[in-house]
Amino acid sequence: MTTKFPISTNTIAKTMHTASCTIKSESLAVGHGHHTIIDDLHLQLMSGDLLTLIGTNGSGKSTLLKTLAGLLPALAGSVSVLGSAPGSLPKRVAYLPQHPVSSHTLPLRARDVVAMGRYAHLGLFRRETATDRAAVGDAITRTGTSNFADRPLRELSGGQQQRTHLAQVLSRQAEVLLLDEPTAGLDLSGKYAIAEIIAAERARGVTVVLATHDLQDAESATAVMLLAQRVVAFGPPSVALSDDNVRACFGFTQPH
Amino acid sequence: MLAGNPFVDPFTSNEFMRHALVASVLVALVCAVAGTYVVLRGLSFVGDALAHGVVPGIATALLFGVSGVVGAVVSAAVMMTGVSVITRKSRLSSDTAIGLFFVGMLALGVIITSRSRTFVGDITRILFGELLGVTTSDLGWLLVALVIVAIIATIAHRPFVLMSIDDGLARTSGFSVPFFHSLMLVLVAITVIASFQSVGTLLVLGMLIAPAAAGALVARRVSTMMLIAALYGTAASYLGLLASYHYDIAAGGSIVFVAVMLFGVTAIISAVVAHRHDDEVPHQHEHHR
Repeated sequence: MTTKFPISTNTIAKTMHTASCTIKSESLAVGHGHHTIIDDLHLQLMSGDLLTLIGTNGSGKSTLLKTLAGLLPALAGSVSVLGSAPGSLPKRVAYLPQHPVSSHTLPLRARDVVAMGRYAHLGLFRRETATDRAAVGDAITRTGTSNFADRPLRELSGGQQQRTHLAQVLSRQAEVLLLDEPTAGLDLSGKYAIAEIIAAERARGVTVVLATHDLQDAESATAVMLLAQRVVAFGPPSVALSDDNVRACFGFTQPH
Repeated sequence: MLAGNPFVDPFTSNEFMRHALVASVLVALVCAVAGTYVVLRGLSFVGDALAHGVVPGIATALLFGVSGVVGAVVSAAVMMTGVSVITRKSRLSSDTAIGLFFVGMLALGVIITSRSRTFVGDITRILFGELLGVTTSDLGWLLVALVIVAIIATIAHRPFVLMSIDDGLARTSGFSVPFFHSLMLVLVAITVIASFQSVGTLLVLGMLIAPAAAGALVARRVSTMMLIAALYGTAASYLGLLASYHYDIAAGGSIVFVAVMLFGVTAIISAVVAHRHDDEVPHQHEHHR
């Protein structure tokens, strides 16, 4: 997957899928303004791949995801998502930001928030069709959002809001999912549910890039990238998650 | 005259009261649509800036005997350009820069008006409106404003709602945030221009924000919020005008005061209801940000 590190996961990807390249970067630098956080990234992800980004706050996980989503410009190098510039294919790429809700007074039911995931397909004027409604209903069921789908967003707990926003992302039925800490604020059953959803998405050929604090989220990944304002390690989980690497990433060894 | 109905007669027996009522209801409808998006996006302060920023334009227009609307359009364009440049480029917080900009515009308006021989009359008209002097052609322009606002809302509803959650969400859904942000500023500017004659630039913010904010407290859907805003604005127009007629008080002030009071009562009631609800559902707000 990389030319920079000795461990190539290309072989893993090729044996698992005969699929096409979905995310590709060469010498990519990401950051804010003139401040580079991560430099010289070489990525090559295939459909069905899961890349897990692990690191503390400020390590560059969110910055990389935002760059892939087209919300931040690449500071150097090249990057393409589904063969196009990041952000140029909104119908086929879905992004879950870290803190999706900025206001608690929004008069929106959970169901309406999920349905907003379809706006990329609907544009300004097209009316919802049965396909859109089915995608929304499916996303609500899979994320366990049904019980509170008709309640206003402001009355939901943090975990329920998190599930609602994940459902919004799923309702787009995209080919690339960029998820920034989807398990934040969730209990153990919520975390399992999301792991299952990610596995199901990958099984239908979706490429997932997942930022997380949680080492357990990394074990089923195609590749893991440990970040601490630089790439500490990058490769298959068994190699990247060595104790030395984890210590370098977090400053201590997490049990896993 | 026989002992009439004090709730209806002021409007049936006076043409200026009928005009005032129609004008203020049209303003209420314009404000309900624009105010809903302004409240959702948290643009109240920019709305305030635009409302005061149009003062020098209106003052200049009045000084040269031109329609105040023309002056308002020109200065609103200047204000919007200024506000969007400031929001993008300012190294100060944009609140500070926009605040200074609008106070500067307001001061300029006062300076220009002070050159007029009817200084006090003019500045009062600009700041507090002249609802009881509304003409039929004014009503026509208000109707035009309502149609334009409705068209913009129809076109931009989806990106506006996405932007009320997060600009990034609108961007990653394929909508141009700078374009739709500018379109929202245009929406606010049209509202301010349409409303200044009836309630004045000082009070227009009340009509823009209060009914929509009340709607946000109660509604579960954006469309319901807009409908509630329209009903509150209409009620405030009627009750305010009635009070203005019977107690001989300023019409614009009465309407906006009623609108803000209606918001206050709604806020108190919804806080009480929410508090009870919290008691029933103990873990409701476990995740404050």
